[in-house]
Amino acid sequence: MTIQEQSTTQQAALGAPLLEVRDLTVEFAGEDGPVPAVRGLSYTLEPGEVLGIVGESGSGKSVSSLAVMGLLPGNATVRGSAKLRGEELVGRSDRDLARIRGRKVAMVFQDPLSALTPVYSIGDQIAETIQVHQGLSKQAATARAVELLDAVGIPNAVQRAKAYPHEFSGGMRQRVMIAMAIANDPDVLIADEPTTALDVTIQAQVLELLDTARQMTNAATIMITHDLGVVAGIADRIVVMYAGKAVESGPVGPVYADPRMPYTIGLLGSVPRLDRPGQSLTPIEGTPPNVAHLPTGCPFVTRCPVRIGICSEVEPALEETAGGGRRAACHRSEEIELGLIHGAPVFPPPAIAEVREEVPREQRDAVLEVEGLAKRFPITKGAVLRRRIGTITAVDGISFDIRQGEALGLVGESGCGKTTTIMQILDLTAPEEGTVRVLGKDVSGLNAGARKELRRDVQVVFQDPMASLDPRLPVGDIIDEPLRVFGMPAEQRRARVRELLQLVGLSPEHANRYPADFSGGQRQRIGIARALALEPKLLVLDEPVSALDVSIQAGVLNLLEDLKVRLGLSYLFVAHDLSVVRHIADRVAVMYLGRLVEVGSSDDVFERPTHPYTQALLSAVPIPDPVAERQRRRILVRGDLPSPANLPSGCRFRSRCPLYAELPADRQQKCIDVDPPLADHGGGTQESACHWAREVVVVPE
Amino acid sequence: MSLPADPLVIADDVALSDSPGQTPPGPDVVVRGRRQLVFRRLRRRKGAMAALVLIVLLWVIAFVGPHIYEAITGWTYANQDFRAFLKPPSAEHWFGTTQIGSDVFAQTMRGLQKSLLIGLLVALISTGLAAIVGAFAGYLGGWTDKVLMWIVDLLLVIPSFLIIAILGREFRDAGWLVLVFLIAGFGWMITARIIRGMTLSLREREFVLAARYSGVGTVGIVFRHLIPNMSSLLIIDATIAVATAIIAESGLSYFGFGVQPPDISLGTLIAEGTRSAFTFPWLFMFAGGLLVLTTLAVSVFGDGLRDALDPNSQRAGGSK
Repeated sequence: MTIQEQSTTQQAALGAPLLEVRDLTVEFAGEDGPVPAVRGLSYTLEPGEVLGIVGESGSGKSVSSLAVMGLLPGNATVRGSAKLRGEELVGRSDRDLARIRGRKVAMVFQDPLSALTPVYSIGDQIAETIQVHQGLSKQAATARAVELLDAVGIPNAVQRAKAYPHEFSGGMRQRVMIAMAIANDPDVLIADEPTTALDVTIQAQVLELLDTARQMTNAATIMITHDLGVVAGIADRIVVMYAGKAVESGPVGPVYADPRMPYTIGLLGSVPRLDRPGQSLTPIEGTPPNVAHLPTGCPFVTRCPVRIGICSEVEPALEETAGGGRRAACHRSEEIELGLIHGAPVFPPPAIAEVREEVPREQRDAVLEVEGLAKRFPITKGAVLRRRIGTITAVDGISFDIRQGEALGLVGESGCGKTTTIMQILDLTAPEEGTVRVLGKDVSGLNAGARKELRRDVQVVFQDPMASLDPRLPVGDIIDEPLRVFGMPAEQRRARVRELLQLVGLSPEHANRYPADFSGGQRQRIGIARALALEPKLLVLDEPVSALDVSIQAGVLNLLEDLKVRLGLSYLFVAHDLSVVRHIADRVAVMYLGRLVEVGSSDDVFERPTHPYTQALLSAVPIPDPVAERQRRRILVRGDLPSPANLPSGCRFRSRCPLYAELPADRQQKCIDVDPPLADHGGGTQESACHWAREVVVVPE
Repeated sequence: MSLPADPLVIADDVALSDSPGQTPPGPDVVVRGRRQLVFRRLRRRKGAMAALVLIVLLWVIAFVGPHIYEAITGWTYANQDFRAFLKPPSAEHWFGTTQIGSDVFAQTMRGLQKSLLIGLLVALISTGLAAIVGAFAGYLGGWTDKVLMWIVDLLLVIPSFLIIAILGREFRDAGWLVLVFLIAGFGWMITARIIRGMTLSLREREFVLAARYSGVGTVGIVFRHLIPNMSSLLIIDATIAVATAIIAESGLSYFGFGVQPPDISLGTLIAEGTRSAFTFPWLFMFAGGLLVLTTLAVSVFGDGLRDALDPNSQRAGGSK
């Protein structure tokens, strides 16, 4: 042990916190003067503690921890102090910091593909960090790397250590990143959105692993995320960031139960929750301020529903409130209690049109009927003479129907065939196998004219609001394009564009602007307006809110909910986020590897899931409520999605099924031999494709 | 379906935060289309407007100038002053005279007429052809793509010089219009290939998919979505094509078709004048200067058009 390390250990013994960040500011050089990304952030981290830093994109949450690590580019100016066991990190040379990074402070990044070097094997990369910091021999380091890979749950660690990053799936790569981060027993582990790019079941695995890693190394963890559910499950304390500042901090439980800063209240109110389906979402109006041109006073003032005069003059400091080590940056934090201000909710719930009379489902007309739909892609080899060497079955005989005024949520992880399914439906051409009927008309019998006519009734809203709007067309032209195609006269078109813009909560002036002038939420509204132009009966929504920040997402979801009732629309809502689907869908179809594994009414499927995959999926979704979240039992799915070119025999889910593992051998044999059909299993109204289906409640009431 | 503006449809962001003084939504807002918006943005670009005025002026002096000049001095591009050989600019011969006593001003104006026509037409045709072939090949794919790209590759490998030499015999007397098609016909292939490549990536974008699912046909998608999104490249290509065509024309005229003596073009004037550019600068200077002025004006105008078409351009200002 060096002398310096001895001295720092002594200081730690004297009671200094493990990591102490004080008045950290980060400024980037911008075109019009410096752009502040972090404006005076302070927090402390005790050994073994998990601190969650939450904020929307651009709030400075990632930049602040990169500043602590000294990993910001040269155009950033970092001021303030960050002390690791009393040792100052800010202002140190890169060479000094390199000794600390990876050894005492380790980082797990969001995108594990770009965080790993593609040209070195995984084992070599982990061994490198061990050699650099611990000075072990190459052989010893490699052996330790294999040990670590085994510890993070990589099967066949000895062989896999020789593999390259591209040969791993996203979840496996993140495991490798974690192995690398804990290789040198760091004191502090910084995880920057470690699960954002992953599917929920993989997210649950990685979060579980992070927790295990923390216990193995006893490292304190900083968890940076936008997902309030993730923080609720893992963190001890939370810091909420907004426009480069901490606006609320404290122990997780009290902050979630009784937030004192309106932004936190709004954030919590705008997240759809799996356990509270009926609760209306309260969007935060407006968009986060541009940090280059912050208003005077509180940065949240333009979006705050309870602002008063002083708010736009004096920026509130992060001051103690409500006791118990809690702080909030709000002039009115003392008046706010349990999300109420003088007894009235800070964010009044929005009025959304409600269904007045409910016609039973059976009596309503079917808008979309899909029967036995399948889509297969050939795998070919050779450039000149193409040979078919196999088939990928993206969609394998799925059947469902959507009735008038109903929202069907199609959920599943990436690669399950959701997108292929909706593209097949939207093409309105004869599918390879099966039938698609729109409003009772079989699409395979349509000629070009009839197909175009049917397009009026089926419209689509895409995931990425930037990519789905032509950047070179003004908004008015974008919205009136479908009308133009169907030959509406120019004067009527203009009137309709104004009407549509107002319908989706924009104003008619916006017709003369270009998409680049709008925020993500507004762009998505433009996309919805375009889809509604022809008064369709069925709207296909492909992940319509997944690219938006939570506070914006709530506004779009409310709009969709409202339009559905007012215009009597039917939705095919495709999403990977089950909380969103729970909020908006009347019926749910769960998809796994091209098949539907469970179909039924939302209430039945979410409250009493019978298929093990649905159960695992639901149990993996974090709930933004620390009390409920910590009492839940996770049903973990093992491993990754098998390759669709090489599916297991019998039940497709058996290779990952948590139930299969518990079954006696004779019952397992049935799973291996017989592919289970979608069938009613009594109990609820839903159908599920499992031989041994049984109800399990996984979402707390 | 009547849709009242419902205040309860809570917008996350009803008003654009960066547009102060926004009026509340009224029913009398004029919804303008792209054409109008681009035109308005173009009109605000002072440089582009000046360049446009310059181009119009060049046309006017090229076509009206010779007549006025003839009225004042009596010289046309075809007749010669046997009292003045190789004389520098004077009151009688504004741009001086050549070795055989031709008036350089009259010749330059006549040349400018031809060169403006050739330059602008070639740019329009070759860039337009490149855009259409490239975009259709890229968007449709399959056999259309294969056939169109075969043609492109064929034209690229066959030496255009050879074709023109053979065809030249047939079209010797057909005049400058054939020349325009010949120059344009051999100048579009590389751009077409670039456009095809850009289309391949553009067609995967969701807005193309969205247009298709709204019922927009292939032609509509190509002209409304694909080509406008590649307009920056196309405008630059067309600007360069103007100057290239004017120079290429002089080379072709050398082989004996297109512009033939006593008719004259800027290209032939420059080709002849370069030999004595330092000794008798007036033979070269004016033709060269007009060529530079023409291409400069076209390029400044092209720049302005590009900014007007590109909503992300800061210089063109807001979209209103």
